[in-house]
Amino acid sequence: MATTSISMDGGRAGRTGFAGFGRSLTRHGLLLPCLLFMAVVFVWPIVSLLAKGVYSPEVRDTLPQTAAAVLAWDGAGDPPDIVYGALVADLSVADRRDVANVGRRLNYEIPSYRSLLVKTASALRKDSTEPPRQQLMAIDAKWQDRTFWTAMRRAAPALTPYYMLKALDLEQKDGGGIGRVAPEEATFLDVLARSLWISAVVMAICLVLAFPVAFRISAASPRWRGLLLLLVLLPFWTSLLVRTSAWVVLLQDNGIVNSLLLWSGIVDQPIHLIFNRIGVYIAFVHVMLPFMILPIYSVMVGISKDYTRAAYSLGASGPLTFYKVYLPLVWPGIWSACLLSYVIVVGYYITPLLIGGSQDQMLSYFIAFYTKQTVNWGLASALAILLTVCVLVLVGLYGLLGRKSQIVVKA
Amino acid sequence: MSSPSARKSKADIWRTLASVITVLVFLFLLLPIAAVLPLSFSSGSFLAYPMPGLSLRWYEELLTNYKWLLALKNSAVVGIGAAALSTVLGLSAAIAMRGLGPRARSIVNGFLIAPLVMPVIIMAVGLYLFFSNLGLVGTIPGMILAHTVIGTPYVVISAGAALQNFDMQLIRAAKSLGASPWMAYRRVMLPAIRPAIVAGALFAFVASFDEVVIVLFLAGPGQVTLPVRLFEGIRDELTPVVIAAAMIMIMISVGLMTVIELLRRKSVARRGME
Repeated sequence: MATTSISMDGGRAGRTGFAGFGRSLTRHGLLLPCLLFMAVVFVWPIVSLLAKGVYSPEVRDTLPQTAAAVLAWDGAGDPPDIVYGALVADLSVADRRDVANVGRRLNYEIPSYRSLLVKTASALRKDSTEPPRQQLMAIDAKWQDRTFWTAMRRAAPALTPYYMLKALDLEQKDGGGIGRVAPEEATFLDVLARSLWISAVVMAICLVLAFPVAFRISAASPRWRGLLLLLVLLPFWTSLLVRTSAWVVLLQDNGIVNSLLLWSGIVDQPIHLIFNRIGVYIAFVHVMLPFMILPIYSVMVGISKDYTRAAYSLGASGPLTFYKVYLPLVWPGIWSACLLSYVIVVGYYITPLLIGGSQDQMLSYFIAFYTKQTVNWGLASALAILLTVCVLVLVGLYGLLGRKSQIVVKA
Repeated sequence: MSSPSARKSKADIWRTLASVITVLVFLFLLLPIAAVLPLSFSSGSFLAYPMPGLSLRWYEELLTNYKWLLALKNSAVVGIGAAALSTVLGLSAAIAMRGLGPRARSIVNGFLIAPLVMPVIIMAVGLYLFFSNLGLVGTIPGMILAHTVIGTPYVVISAGAALQNFDMQLIRAAKSLGASPWMAYRRVMLPAIRPAIVAGALFAFVASFDEVVIVLFLAGPGQVTLPVRLFEGIRDELTPVVIAAAMIMIMISVGLMTVIELLRRKSVARRGME
């Protein structure tokens, strides 16, 4: 019905020429503000954030001659004199704040680079007649060390793989090539694995609990159904922060749960239920259960009892009917509920922050940390790219399976 | 092969198990909130049972403390602003999308509801970066713009669903009777989908009212909203005031969602009538 009226619409717009043009003008005039708004306030901020994960032009912009010279050098042996000359020339005209900024970028390569650069910039004398190489050596002997120059060479291009590699616990080695960072520095693969794992565990627990609940609600009489749905919706409608504060009150060492356990004599001393993984799982499952129950329920409630009855009447056993008839029908709901819950949990920030310990923080925490605490935009952005890729893969999967399940339902 | 009665008893076992799990899940979902909320009426300052006595002192403190009042005001202003802007943008987009071909429509639709699946932290950090260049960090307008991004998808979804069932012939009929296009939309289409529009606007308000991550990044001390006050309360000192604030927030969001649900039923009934 709806489709026919649309195609009629489209056909008419094509035929009537000028009037059609006027109509399409109002149509796009209505659509444009929203699209424009989303492009500016949603897409642009995210794209410019993610770009920072691969684009870092500090060295190129502040030390242009040095960047060109050091890139012209093949990276083997000592750098040629022209590199030293370029650095002296660049530093003598560069703004102090820009130099500090470059220093911060270079510090990611070698931890003492920032102080070396700032010190060199303030010690350079314009009237010196010494050759640049000797001049730099006199300020700090570190300039003899070629690793500082190879580091400069890695940081010179505006497009840098540094942050993305770092986000995957990799680095560009001095002699070229890519390798793992030292084990004590490796953090982020662990964080990524943890994020994926926590999301998977929460998804699995929620599915196991949500399936019978959704089934029970869908099997109830219509009056009960409304009431039971309301009971699922109530916590769903309750603000996340309200629920989180409830869990903190409940799970603290001297909280309600521990008081009950102590009072009943089940335990002799409080058990730690918060600021660890247990607390994170409890709070996450509480948040995500409605997200799992509602989509599965909405599929189940549409399944006619006739299908299972037909299977029974043809002699199928209970389990056979369940696996061969009921489950395939519910499958689309299960898939979409699982993917939805996974996507939501993998990007969560607040719950682990308030209920988890330091070992329970996920990607979001580190994105926030590198934005606000250490102001390492490059690394924050690289981690954001990682998270975005996870979400895009899942959403792509959702689209793919969604199409497939539609076909199954049609067939 | 098992006999029919054995099969029936086995099925009963599963059904009973499902019922037991359902009861336990409902207890798990509701009990924590129900157990904690009464503590806001405690006369003592510890969040534990038994309460030393009942009093409204924490509500009194909540309603006289300027920090909480400011947070309440900020939440209301940002929520209403974002809901209004979301409604204008989302509704006009939903109306325009009706005229697109199925392919273009599904692309536009996917684009407009993308904020629902984008991790909020990425939006928050991106907006923080973008707005700090524009001087919008630490301002109420900045927060309204940011929350409009997360509110618009709800209006698009809600109004879009109602428009799907709206018969465009009615607009044509109105025009043939001499109504201008604007008049036809305002007097014929809008009244027909009004419940869905109001529901979408309320959804957008609730989305803003509950949002905390973006506010954590964009708000200065003067723009703190209720959920962020709650966040600070949980992190710094958890007193019954926080629970009293939670109680108020529950009443606001559950009240609004109940209105949305009633509107939804009304619009379903309206469709049924046609």
